[in-house]
Amino acid sequence: MKTETTRTTRRALLRAGLAGGTAALTTGTAAGARAAGDPAITEIQDWNRYPGKGVDATPYGSPSSFEAHVIRKNVPWLTSDPISSVNFTPLHEIDGIITPSGLCFERHHGGIAEIDPNAHRLMVHGMVDKPLVFTMADLKRFPRENRIYFLECAANSGMEWRGAQLNGCQYTHGMVHCVMYTGVPLRTILNEAGVKPEGKWLLAEGADASAMTRSVPLEKALDDCMVAFGMNGEALRPEQGYPVRLVVPGWEGNMWIKWLRRLEIGDQPWQQREETSKYTDLLATGKARRFTFLMDVKSVITNPSPQAPIRHGKGPLVLTGVAWSGNGRIKRVDVSVDGGRNWHTARIDGPSLPKALHRFYYEFDWDGSELFLQSRAIDEAGFVQPTKDQLRGVRGSNSIYHNNGIQTWHVTEEGSIENVEIS
Amino acid sequence: MSKFRKPLLIIGLSVLASAATALAGDGEHFKLGRVATPDELLAWDIDVRPDGLGLPDGRGTVAHGMEIFDENCASCHGDFGEAVGRWPVLAGGKGTLQADRPEKTIGSYWPYLSTVFDYVRRAMPFGNARSLSDDDVYALTAYLLYLNDVVTDDEFELSKENFADIKLPNEVNFTDDDRTKEPFYADKSEPCMENCKPDKATIKAHAAILDVTPEDAGEDDQPASGGIE
Repeated sequence: MKTETTRTTRRALLRAGLAGGTAALTTGTAAGARAAGDPAITEIQDWNRYPGKGVDATPYGSPSSFEAHVIRKNVPWLTSDPISSVNFTPLHEIDGIITPSGLCFERHHGGIAEIDPNAHRLMVHGMVDKPLVFTMADLKRFPRENRIYFLECAANSGMEWRGAQLNGCQYTHGMVHCVMYTGVPLRTILNEAGVKPEGKWLLAEGADASAMTRSVPLEKALDDCMVAFGMNGEALRPEQGYPVRLVVPGWEGNMWIKWLRRLEIGDQPWQQREETSKYTDLLATGKARRFTFLMDVKSVITNPSPQAPIRHGKGPLVLTGVAWSGNGRIKRVDVSVDGGRNWHTARIDGPSLPKALHRFYYEFDWDGSELFLQSRAIDEAGFVQPTKDQLRGVRGSNSIYHNNGIQTWHVTEEGSIENVEIS
Repeated sequence: MSKFRKPLLIIGLSVLASAATALAGDGEHFKLGRVATPDELLAWDIDVRPDGLGLPDGRGTVAHGMEIFDENCASCHGDFGEAVGRWPVLAGGKGTLQADRPEKTIGSYWPYLSTVFDYVRRAMPFGNARSLSDDDVYALTAYLLYLNDVVTDDEFELSKENFADIKLPNEVNFTDDDRTKEPFYADKSEPCMENCKPDKATIKAHAAILDVTPEDAGEDDQPASGGIE
């Protein structure tokens, strides 16, 4: 590569220049006085002297190479095969409320379908006046809306039901993302086919190798669901359902059918595999809850956290995290540094949108002592995020899904951090 | 235009801000899309409900199902549905739902037989979905009933006609979502802010001791809690 040779040459030149500078210092010239201090300031940096790449270098940009660690992570032992598996959003490295598209966690059941949008169709049928087929071009001629919503996997934090297991909020809470969707209200599309009055449920199906299906109550479908073809201003990423997915605000991620190809209206739920065998919540009694659609009020401190230890020592510290609720907006987030003995109301910054991530901050002076960090969200419906012990007290430890219990991070005097459970 | 369309639309709109009204088209049609043909509907509409709606014509025996299973399924799910490695267990686990480690299988957990037929036809075998005929799926479903002791006769033949008569043992144990009645949700009073617990916090479980987070975990590390499947 041309730049590599150039860079080596430039480094050699710089070294030669530095040697000259040292020589100058010993003679006490004005040029030598510049070298006293931070070399990031006193030495002329490569990027200050030599021009960088031109506008033709990266037609579709990537993050800085110094951010190469900010990536989705996989936990191989969680599933039997990466084709039907999940990875995790690096929550500890991102800020604000929007998740960059390339960092949004993935959950597939039959791998990533690579679909030619010209060969994609959306069918609407069942209890309708006339069954219809739409092309992508058709869908883009309906009136559109743009909405920001979180999408949380029902199994987010699921590995933590029995106790602290994975060390980092990326792993314990990273099956969530929040982006702006562009698309058509689902009711607009259903209206085009004409839903018959006996229609009460909607079946949505994907075009991938798992042909994912879920039953959605028609009331929800006609409320705020969307058929989305855009995320964060551009087309959906293939791993997020390109060319089109269902958006089911506030409800468990499994229902947000990707690669959406079929919508059927019926008078009963279909009891598909993903709403019987999976996404049902086993209780200690041996009974199991079904159709637990809504994602409850939840929060997590993303920084400091096990993957983001405190390295700056005592003094001013920015604590930050995210909170969200399927019920609507987050009304308040409280933060504790002593394991829930005392709470301080955090500051929510940025947009406060219903069924979207909320960003909170709590700035304080760390005196270098041991901390037990917790966050507790309250949503606009008045629901307070419970502790894990409260959840387990009612449900047992085998629900797999819907673990929204309060997370504890233990901060040592050295600033290292661990996922723990406390009394 | 259907006279029923408008009331439904009102249900949807009533919960929305007025700005959304114009977007919904206010019941207007855009005359987009085209009518689906009967063959197109047949090709894609393969879902089956517990009441048997959607079942295709066909039939298959336990014995035939065993042949198909051994050839197409046993390499992942085991000869008797007991599973290989971490692949899903399909049979057994009866009476374990209140155990510390429940085994949730078709026989022990699934509520409806229709789901077995539908899911196998839609998504199995993993990596070669939609490759089995309807008769094959009937036979496989019959064999899975046999492996789970729901039917005991290896001459048993499952068909569109007798399908809805078969009940799985755990159907009665599914309940509707009642989370809002849980005490911590039902109680919407202001949570405690000061001196909420008497003693200093003490650690009762460590993630680092388990050591199963990818950067740290060795080959032999076993998680304490199961995967998400």
